[in-house]
Amino acid sequence: MLRCNEYIFAESLDEAYRLNQKKSAVIVGGNGWLKLGSRQWGSVIDISRLGLDKITETDDAFTIGAMVTLRDIEKHGGLNAYTDGAVREAVRHIVGTQFRNTVTVGGSIFGRFGFSDMLTVFMVMDSFIELYNGGVIPLHEFSEMPYDNDILVNMIVKKTPLKMAYSAFRNQQTDFPVLTFAHAFREDGAFSAVGARPSRAELRRDEEDILKDIFSLSPEDAEEAINAYALWLSSQYTYESNLRAGADYRRHIAEVLARRTVKAIVDRG
Amino acid sequence: MEIKLWINGRLIKDNAEPDMPMLEYLRSKGCYSVKRGCETSNCGLCTVWLEGKPILSCTLPLMRADGKHITTLEGLQSEAEEFGAFLADEGAEQCGFCNSGFIMNVLAMKRELSDPTEDEIKEYLSGNLCRCTGYVGQLRAIKKYLKSVKGEAGNE
Repeated sequence: MLRCNEYIFAESLDEAYRLNQKKSAVIVGGNGWLKLGSRQWGSVIDISRLGLDKITETDDAFTIGAMVTLRDIEKHGGLNAYTDGAVREAVRHIVGTQFRNTVTVGGSIFGRFGFSDMLTVFMVMDSFIELYNGGVIPLHEFSEMPYDNDILVNMIVKKTPLKMAYSAFRNQQTDFPVLTFAHAFREDGAFSAVGARPSRAELRRDEEDILKDIFSLSPEDAEEAINAYALWLSSQYTYESNLRAGADYRRHIAEVLARRTVKAIVDRG
Repeated sequence: MEIKLWINGRLIKDNAEPDMPMLEYLRSKGCYSVKRGCETSNCGLCTVWLEGKPILSCTLPLMRADGKHITTLEGLQSEAEEFGAFLADEGAEQCGFCNSGFIMNVLAMKRELSDPTEDEIKEYLSGNLCRCTGYVGQLRAIKKYLKSVKGEAGNE
């Protein structure tokens, strides 16, 4: 349960940032994760009155405010058109409608959770995190940074042309995923991310050009390349066991999801 | 800490603990339909509406709702009764403990989705757990209810 001595509505990001420098302070997003802890916080800082609950779409980018809910991005027409529905696919299995109406993009991404569908799906896009103090950082770099007292203000997704898809494996609907997978063909290369291994998602680029010219290959050659890529990609990660699945099982699932998901994009053309 | 909010249309000005969850606060105001079935934001029993959207009151900090409108099952009595009759007709439930949160989400779905397919219904309601049943009776009840509501709207 969330326990604190004071609950403060920050009137500006500057105020929120200053208050958050205390070790006993914390920024609350949707409270989906914080509430599971038992710590007594000094100050809980609420940034919900700073206009960060909007998704802004321009010709070049989507700017997604920290307080946008997972349900908002699930239903956003522009974001889902751009990602071929991958964003919706990534979040729609997370607990339930009410949960996704409650929890936020900021909380979800700042947490950099191992099980995160969100981190996995946005990582293969040209995504950046705008921090109040730390500037704008590529999501895959932000993901590896240590936790600090900065404030996640926006996630920015540049509209680099891409073809992408997302898939995850769950032992049971609405549970945490056993493995998450996203892939995007972009102008600057083919990118995959595998998460919930159970550690957090990491980005890999098709450095060996296994998928080069995949869209112009014959179906048989394309299938062969995809199989080779899935095998290569799944060997680029470390896996561990936990109560949901064993390490070897995860490695196998990674290969299967990579094969099926990349194939789905290629079949779509 | 001072707070002002509307619960089922009634304005409440109050002083509350800064870390009070919405769920416990609503119960302290007599909304006993709002229940805690888990500690992990998973069961959906505590579903209420915040500005018309279904949310988990176990997770929402009370203070976040300052200046906002909350709706509980107590505020939707006639509609709940109407749908409840369909649940009863289908013999959908056994213990009934989960049904207040379930009904809140069904009524939210009715407003948000038009003519949902079975898969869309299941997806919308996947965050409402029932440990007695297999959801089959509930699904029958929802389909008949939505059909009946649509028929009424068509006749108007």
